[in-house]
Amino acid sequence: MKVAYWPGCVSRGFTPELHGAMAKVAPLLDIELIELDRAACCGAGVIAEHNQELADTLNARTFALAQQTDGELMMNICSTCQGAQSECQERLDANSEYRAQINQTLADEGLHYEKGLTNKNLLWLLVEEIGLDALRAKVRRPLTGLKVGPFYGCYIIRPVHRLGIDAEHPRDRYMQMVIEALGGTVIDYAGVYKCCGFPIITMNKEASLKMAGRHIGDAIDADADCLVVPCPLCHLNLDLQQPGAAHAVGRELGLPVLHLPQLLGLALGLEPRELGMSKHVVRPTSVIDWSTSVVAGAAA
Amino acid sequence: MPDYLLRIRRFDPTSGQAAHWDEHTVSLGPRNSVLDAILKVKDEVDGSIGIRCSCQQAICGSCGVRINGRPGLACNTHLEVAAARGGGAQSPASAIGGGRLSNGHRSADGERSADGERSDGALAGVIEVEPMGNMPVIRDLIVDMDAVHWKKFQRVTPYLVAREPVPEREYIVPHYNMVDVTQTMACIQCGACVSDCLSMEIDPLFIGPAALAKAYRFVGDPRDAQHAERLRDLSEDPHGIYDCTHCFNCIDACPKEVAPMSQIMRLRRRAGSDFGIVDRNNGHRHEAAFVTLVRDYGLLNEAELLPRSYGGNSWFGKFHPAAGRELLSSLSTVITGLLRGKISPRVALLGHRLPKADLAALRRIYERIEGRPERRELNLYVTGYEDEPEPATVGAGSAGEGPHTDTSASESESSR
Repeated sequence: MKVAYWPGCVSRGFTPELHGAMAKVAPLLDIELIELDRAACCGAGVIAEHNQELADTLNARTFALAQQTDGELMMNICSTCQGAQSECQERLDANSEYRAQINQTLADEGLHYEKGLTNKNLLWLLVEEIGLDALRAKVRRPLTGLKVGPFYGCYIIRPVHRLGIDAEHPRDRYMQMVIEALGGTVIDYAGVYKCCGFPIITMNKEASLKMAGRHIGDAIDADADCLVVPCPLCHLNLDLQQPGAAHAVGRELGLPVLHLPQLLGLALGLEPRELGMSKHVVRPTSVIDWSTSVVAGAAA
Repeated sequence: MPDYLLRIRRFDPTSGQAAHWDEHTVSLGPRNSVLDAILKVKDEVDGSIGIRCSCQQAICGSCGVRINGRPGLACNTHLEVAAARGGGAQSPASAIGGGRLSNGHRSADGERSADGERSDGALAGVIEVEPMGNMPVIRDLIVDMDAVHWKKFQRVTPYLVAREPVPEREYIVPHYNMVDVTQTMACIQCGACVSDCLSMEIDPLFIGPAALAKAYRFVGDPRDAQHAERLRDLSEDPHGIYDCTHCFNCIDACPKEVAPMSQIMRLRRRAGSDFGIVDRNNGHRHEAAFVTLVRDYGLLNEAELLPRSYGGNSWFGKFHPAAGRELLSSLSTVITGLLRGKISPRVALLGHRLPKADLAALRRIYERIEGRPERRELNLYVTGYEDEPEPATVGAGSAGEGPHTDTSASESESSR
């Protein structure tokens, strides 16, 4: 399927391995990416905090650019983008007068947002568009024996109504469903639905790192080999800041944190290095060891 | 009538005994409330169950508890709704709230299967009730609201400080101002948002969602004389408005749609944009740097954002001593990131940016919107949602009140 692809800012900044892994994984999933390389930052809630109309206009511009492509829908790879964009879209779609005002601003560029865009995070697209059965059929290296703790990130699971989470779309269970479809073992731990702490890293660093450290510690205590995140901002706090988080909670951590496309890539047969795992601050040793043992087992 | 398995967490801190779960099978209609079930057991089986309640109409806010891992009022939660969210069903609420997984996933009792049914008979569902979080338990389902919730509530001067001179007769308040604060006035002080606040879980000193929503009640009221003082106080407090981590838990928790987190964001907007308060917690600097960098680069330039958040919103911000101190404390993280190739020197030094034509378009958008004398803000709590026919006819058929113009932007600290 063809999608208008919004990679977000951080996947092209401090987590380049995410953007790279997505590019590697997309053809294996039969996803054609039409990158929205003219679109601006979603604002991550911070621009909306400053000026709601500004955030709504920037995101309406992104939606309008997506609607100019022949993609079936818009796809993102960042929980924060999903949440921030869903919030703006909710306002835009709810009130035609407001939408008209925003479109008036976009008219300078010849752009126009038409109500009703479908914007899905890769996680939602996997389950709702590709389907778990089709995903299972594409697995080349089942994640047998790999114990994976899901970490969603706040923006993709709350508020539940805005994000379209209901009995028919249990999007707050999709990570578990995907891990199982890839052959992995889901690790339930206290932090699955909690906050990584990233939004307050510059305001209250101690609390921010304690949040990250506590969740990582809980996952380790639950015997996870690694965490998987659909959000690069969570990845920054859980991986890049993990040494500081360990210090904040006063215990050793050292738990690898994978981006969702990296976990997919592993199961689809790609190698850890191809997926940019060497760029992680916490060496994904347990994952590489698992991968090596699986390859060795297959050769034998 | 269907049978529900009611599990109640029992705990008496004076007993020296650990907390435990009591189980009761209750026959009640699916539209009966969880409180009905608790009171039925209390009346007919065990009068010692501790539960605080009064109006049973979602007005008094007394019966805040956690039901199947999610905070809310026992009196306005139907048994069928509670059963659907818990008992292992993969409904959204089964997972949302305090990091709890559904019962089937965290159950310690082997006699219950993943879908919440017991092996000895069919049940309509499992209702697990426990006290709210982030507050000490007095007994069973009763928490000490005084120790946390009300203490924080008092912290924000929760009353109107009248402007002088007080008019002889009524104070005429513009309609839009009262509509603006209507959402916060809906709060019934039940503490559900406090229960699952993820910032407070880590930082118990955080003023918290309920109290900060109350603060907006007065910051948004033109009769109040202390807008600037309130905002400065809440901005400068290390556990104030900039300690909220945007987790949205309070929005989902609130039974009255107060959306406390949205009120906190409005407090930030008023503090930073209207009163120019540059706080010691880097809150406003972070916001200003973020907004400016997106204008100039189109994308977030992380390498510039961090030093500017500490040192000030300009290219020179990185040379400010505060930025230098932060860089020093993060040096090992920066070096590791660079060595691993996570942070490329090019991105670190130059950032990544959109094509020139797009940046010019963004600048025009910024100038147009930031140049307005008044901010435009749409509060869906007030305007509601249109149910317009498809395809959308732009500009026609507005069902709501239309966008609210936030005239407060014209009010400034210096104007007082």
